[in-house]
Amino acid sequence: MGKRIDVKDLNVFYGDFKAVEDVTMTIEPRSITAFIGPSGCGKSTFLRTLNRMHEVIPGGRVEGSVRLDDQDLYAPGVDAVGVRRTVGMVFQRPNPFPTMSIRDNVTAGLRLNGVKGKKLLEEKTEQSLRGANLWNEVKDRLGKPGAGLSGGQQQRLCIARAIAVEPQVLLMDEPCSALDPISTLAIEDLVTELKDRYTIVIVTHNMQQASRVSDKTAFFNLAATGKPGRLIEMNDTQKIFNNPEVSATEDYISGRFG
Amino acid sequence: MSSITGVSVGDGLSDPSDGPDPGAGASTGTTGDRVFGGLAMGAGLLVVVVVALVGIFLLAQAIPAIGKDQINFLTSREWNAAGQRFGIAQLLWTTVVSSVVALLLAVPFSVGIALFLTHYAPAWLSRIGAVLIDLLAAVPSIVYGIWGIYVVAPKFTHVQNFLQDWLGWIPLFKAVPGVTGGATILMVSVVLAVMILPIITALSREVFAQTPVTHKEGALALGATRWEMIRTAVLPFGRPGVISASMLGLGRALGETVAVLFILTALPGGQRFTASLMNGGATFASQIAGDAPENQNNADAMGALIAAGLVLFILTFIVNAIARVIVERRREFSE
Repeated sequence: MGKRIDVKDLNVFYGDFKAVEDVTMTIEPRSITAFIGPSGCGKSTFLRTLNRMHEVIPGGRVEGSVRLDDQDLYAPGVDAVGVRRTVGMVFQRPNPFPTMSIRDNVTAGLRLNGVKGKKLLEEKTEQSLRGANLWNEVKDRLGKPGAGLSGGQQQRLCIARAIAVEPQVLLMDEPCSALDPISTLAIEDLVTELKDRYTIVIVTHNMQQASRVSDKTAFFNLAATGKPGRLIEMNDTQKIFNNPEVSATEDYISGRFG
Repeated sequence: MSSITGVSVGDGLSDPSDGPDPGAGASTGTTGDRVFGGLAMGAGLLVVVVVALVGIFLLAQAIPAIGKDQINFLTSREWNAAGQRFGIAQLLWTTVVSSVVALLLAVPFSVGIALFLTHYAPAWLSRIGAVLIDLLAAVPSIVYGIWGIYVVAPKFTHVQNFLQDWLGWIPLFKAVPGVTGGATILMVSVVLAVMILPIITALSREVFAQTPVTHKEGALALGATRWEMIRTAVLPFGRPGVISASMLGLGRALGETVAVLFILTALPGGQRFTASLMNGGATFASQIAGDAPENQNNADAMGALIAAGLVLFILTFIVNAIARVIVERRREFSE
């Protein structure tokens, strides 16, 4: 599991507004790639184009190509729904379905895919919750509402929900920004473990987090407010943080702006 | 917009009364605080006093009349205001059945319209639709009732005849001798459904539109289609609101007077009980409206009518309670 992502000359638009310009990058399979950059630089927007979630926002469209191994995500006839079953996503705020139990939250995606059978769903529940380092904390209350967990547990529940459908890629949009430091650490440990099986892309505002967990880091920036965001530099995380090639990158990570 | 049942659409949404009140520890020492606190308490007490006085008045009027009742008040089906024969069984049956059928007809349409406006219609249509539905909900329901009686009912007679002819073997659709085409409980239900449709639609649309984007995106990111997204995120979120809206609609239907009085055939005395929707009869409200003018000087008859009104009051109270139970039962599952 875990596929390579190839992005070529990608422009993202919301209506007439160009939000992201001219991004070309390769994301290696079974690695962690961090997107950093100031607010509004288009990193979250770009992330959403990797599973076509930007299309949920009215007027959202792209030019250019995104390939998952040899599959073009934007080829005619490719269904966004199918893409999202292959490329999972975890959001900024934990969003377990409030009316569902912990168990039902985990299996929600499987049940959407038509997976049936109590025993199979039970196995998947345990497997996914173990995968998300949450099993021991919730195994005695799988029937309780997911919304009753702490923020960090809810976020791990969302990760369990995302990996239950066995995606190739896991996109994470600032998954720790609503969490306390201890929960953040738990998520970071988890992300590092998940790397063995999934291609992971994580957007973060936390520079330490990027340097702690990621193999590669991509720095996004925009020339001015209202201008499209661009990919400034992408390289090994060590290189980006110790010896970046572009001065704007160094200014950003050393805290001189942003 | 008043509600007989007292359920409000906000019931299912996060309730500020959960958890400690953040204002509880605030200072109440200033003059403004004391004046406002006094006013608020006075208003609250006033409600209690008014309800108590109304209750005492109703009971005082009703009890002597029931005492003179020649037959069993609760179980007898005969209602003769002038003859001191007060039995509410048939009234209760007609009231409940006509309203429940109206609700069954109206809710699926309302939910469908509300979902269309919030999740299928293009933005411009959705905006116009929202305004229109809110406008429609503000029109007194009797206006729809009149439209239902003069426009919908004559056309619906054909549907009713079809049901009678082909599904007459089901007790619910059995033809009742002496009750002609358009004067049936079923027809009343259709008109009541038309009357309560706008309010249920407006309130349902409101709750569906409030579904948090994060819930919807959570479903979509799992690879849900639009309908699956609605099923996983929108409907569960909106469910308590739809229930509350339905109860508001049911309250309106239970209490509706004039439309029912216009449509339903009065039943001849001594008729055998039938469960058919093709029957005539009267509801509490229409019976009261029909009897009251002729019996203004007959204290017993008026007392009996008031007793019937009390039963209607209790009925709506029970409906309200059931709705609350449904909404509360899964509260821990709704944030």
